[in-house]
Amino acid sequence: MNNWNKQIADMLADGTVALVIGYEEGSTPQKTRPLFCHDAVAAERLVMDGRCTHNLAVYLTKKELLPAEGRIGVVATVNVLKSALQLMQENQIPEGRFLLMAVGPEGKLTELPDAESLRQYIAAHPLPDNPEVAALIEKIDAMSREERWAYWQECLSKCVKCYACRAACPLCYCTRCIVEDNRPQWILPWASTLPNIEWQINRVMHMAGRCTGCGACYAACPLHLPIHLLTKKLTQEINREFGTERPAKGNVLSTFSPDDKENFIH
Amino acid sequence: MDRLIDNPYLPYVMTVERITQEAPGVKTLRLRFKNPEEAENFQFRAGQFAEYSAFGEGECTFCIASPPTRKGYVECTFRQAGRVTSGLSRLEEGQEMGFRGPFGNTFPIEEWKGKNLLFVAGGIALPPMRCVIWNVLDRRKEFGNVTIIYGAKSVADLVYKDELKEWDERPDVQLYTTVDPGGETPDWKGKVGFTPAVLEQVAPSAENTVAIVCGPPVMIKFSFPVLEKLGFRDDAIFTTLENRMKCGIGKCGRCNVGKLYVCKDGPVFTKAQLNGLPPEY
Amino acid sequence: MKNYQIKHSDLDGWLEKIIAAGRRVIAPVTEEGHTDFRPIHSPAEVAADDQVQTIQSAKQAAFPKAETLFSYRKEGTAVSLDQPAPESYLQTVVWRARPCDAAGFTPLSAIFNWDYKDNLYNARLARTTLVAFSCQQADAYCFCTSVGGGPGEKKGCDILVTKLPSGKALVEVCTEKGEALAALAPGLFSEANAVADDSPLFAEKQSALAQLPARFSKEDIRRHLAEAFDSPVWREQSERCLGCGACAFVCPTCACFDIQEDPHGSHGRRIRCWDSCAFALFTQHTSGHNPRPSQATRWRQRILHKFSYMPERLDATGCTGCGRCSRACPVDMNLLEHLTSIAQK
Repeated sequence: MNNWNKQIADMLADGTVALVIGYEEGSTPQKTRPLFCHDAVAAERLVMDGRCTHNLAVYLTKKELLPAEGRIGVVATVNVLKSALQLMQENQIPEGRFLLMAVGPEGKLTELPDAESLRQYIAAHPLPDNPEVAALIEKIDAMSREERWAYWQECLSKCVKCYACRAACPLCYCTRCIVEDNRPQWILPWASTLPNIEWQINRVMHMAGRCTGCGACYAACPLHLPIHLLTKKLTQEINREFGTERPAKGNVLSTFSPDDKENFIH
Repeated sequence: MDRLIDNPYLPYVMTVERITQEAPGVKTLRLRFKNPEEAENFQFRAGQFAEYSAFGEGECTFCIASPPTRKGYVECTFRQAGRVTSGLSRLEEGQEMGFRGPFGNTFPIEEWKGKNLLFVAGGIALPPMRCVIWNVLDRRKEFGNVTIIYGAKSVADLVYKDELKEWDERPDVQLYTTVDPGGETPDWKGKVGFTPAVLEQVAPSAENTVAIVCGPPVMIKFSFPVLEKLGFRDDAIFTTLENRMKCGIGKCGRCNVGKLYVCKDGPVFTKAQLNGLPPEY
Repeated sequence: MKNYQIKHSDLDGWLEKIIAAGRRVIAPVTEEGHTDFRPIHSPAEVAADDQVQTIQSAKQAAFPKAETLFSYRKEGTAVSLDQPAPESYLQTVVWRARPCDAAGFTPLSAIFNWDYKDNLYNARLARTTLVAFSCQQADAYCFCTSVGGGPGEKKGCDILVTKLPSGKALVEVCTEKGEALAALAPGLFSEANAVADDSPLFAEKQSALAQLPARFSKEDIRRHLAEAFDSPVWREQSERCLGCGACAFVCPTCACFDIQEDPHGSHGRRIRCWDSCAFALFTQHTSGHNPRPSQATRWRQRILHKFSYMPERLDATGCTGCGRCSRACPVDMNLLEHLTSIAQK
């Protein structure tokens, strides 16, 4: 057992945490999967390496999975930390309820007990931009408007509306999603090209300025549709319009400043 | 057009003949078949349900509230709650709408001949029972005592007020109406209290008696133990399940409870049958 | 029904004839490294035959992800209805399905016909011809042999093609629809003997098939499930479940659907579209009451419905062991693993 596994086993055994969410080996050697550890024995199964790509922050707002009492540990990747911080900023999870932990090189466990420690850790561990994603966005940017429309129509015609993109996203935590609202029926609920595009536009717009760029939506899509390009592109737009700084509470499109450059605010 | 032969999702077109405002947000629609031939061939039995369409809004499931002994029309009573019931509420007399059915099983009224009948209903669940009650009253001599206990949140929420009055005035029906504490008006002559409590207070005999209980899950939950205490056997207690449905014909999967489909094997079940089902209703 | 042989190299020629005959052809196509069924117009578009599975099953041929049930038109107070004519459904060939795809149509047909006849599904299926190719490889998610199927199983196929090591392919015709497809290219086929259990051709077919020992039996699973309703296993297995519909939508036997309205002012359509028992709203009442309120209860429903309720009620198992749900699951819910653990409890 790794030293950090032992540390977590001890935390479960002595009640420091009631539950630890992390990763374990998956069905094939190429992948890992989320693991809920309720006891010290299960902690032996925890792994942390480059294969750990699920965004575990998605579980932090699922109350039915979490014990009512006690702290919940999360063995987190940087992407998980970024989403957890965003959830705190949006008042979706209280600081202190979760004990986020990062596993560094040589298996060193770093406890990140509050939003400030998360901010510092994330700042110290910047994630490299994915050149493939950047290249794809450039390719689509270079298209004419007609070509781009045809590209997305073709791509999203394949969507089956399984909503794995929504289910895998830590920031899609609404208990009643707009697609489930039928008075009025904002988005047609079946899978065909236009309703699929409506859904993705809505998903992406709701992510504007909030998306942390983890790529969980794309990773979850059973059809491997490159829907993360939409959120990524929108993040670029937000950065261009509002800068890369994010407010400590709320998000770019739901906060305002009295000295905003637009005059409608006054 | 051939329907139910070719396409089980194709509704009958019905004309809204009469609209009755039963209570705040609760309406009864009386529907007539647009095609007289369809009216001629249409048959159903007490307890069965149907899918009602407001074209442009969708389809909704309710029991058929009128008795099969009254030919030529069907009635449904519903509370305006979601998109489809709002669409149905907006319909005016003379407008056309859709109707698919009848679906599901029935109350075994023939087996109840010679027995006393106890009806316990809450709120908007009187409609499925009204179909049986009128069916029984139309053949009154074939049955023993008829006792009806009906409760609603408030006096305003009681549905079928004219019929309640009619039943109340009949010497061959024992009717007890009740409203939840706080729901009474100064001139309210009925009881005040939750339906299960009134059931306990009225304490009808279980001897040769069948109990039919329809209402919100919480009312059913608290009425069952009272009936048990009064000596009712589980196979003498009937209720209807309200699982969500879309197709009504055992395919869409929504109303599946254990190996049963509420739309095909129900909606009418005895308590004895429910005891053998997973508690997913 | 007859058996034929065809050269591997003539398979494309046959497919060309099928396309030329005006059939809509759906076949595995590889895009960006992922293979799924797509409409094709030339054999060149078909993916190389080195894939275990397409992402989605072939069920879409008879049960599309969204379809019109009928259309309506309102004029004044009156409403008129119109329904799709079965003739409007295209004659479709599913090319290079797998035996587990073909097997899926048995439970699907059971669901759509056990009581009322769903003639929209039936009309589409009657216009669908399944050309399945035996599996020469299986992966870690496959378990057809544990649920009554096999890599060279003919059940549900209109035609089963098995590529033999000799460079020929054995073409087993199972239905009239299959025969009609073979008849489109008479010059390419030579008659082959019946594939009896003791014939050399049978041995040759067997040698060409993927090896996939059974891990459990349907009966084992059913026996264990009979006592498992209150087991903690449902919560344990489903904790990581995200509650999306990926497993149901790629499944060859999942048939749950929703009915929705597509209004356009005074006219519109009623639509049937795929739905999933994994969605919380699937069973939720208008009042908010939900008979299956947690993901654990919904996961239990998925397994019990497929492996307990369907066998009992419809005499069909709701699983062909294709493994698509496990491959598609965003959090690696592995059905084979979960069933094996239930069978071993």
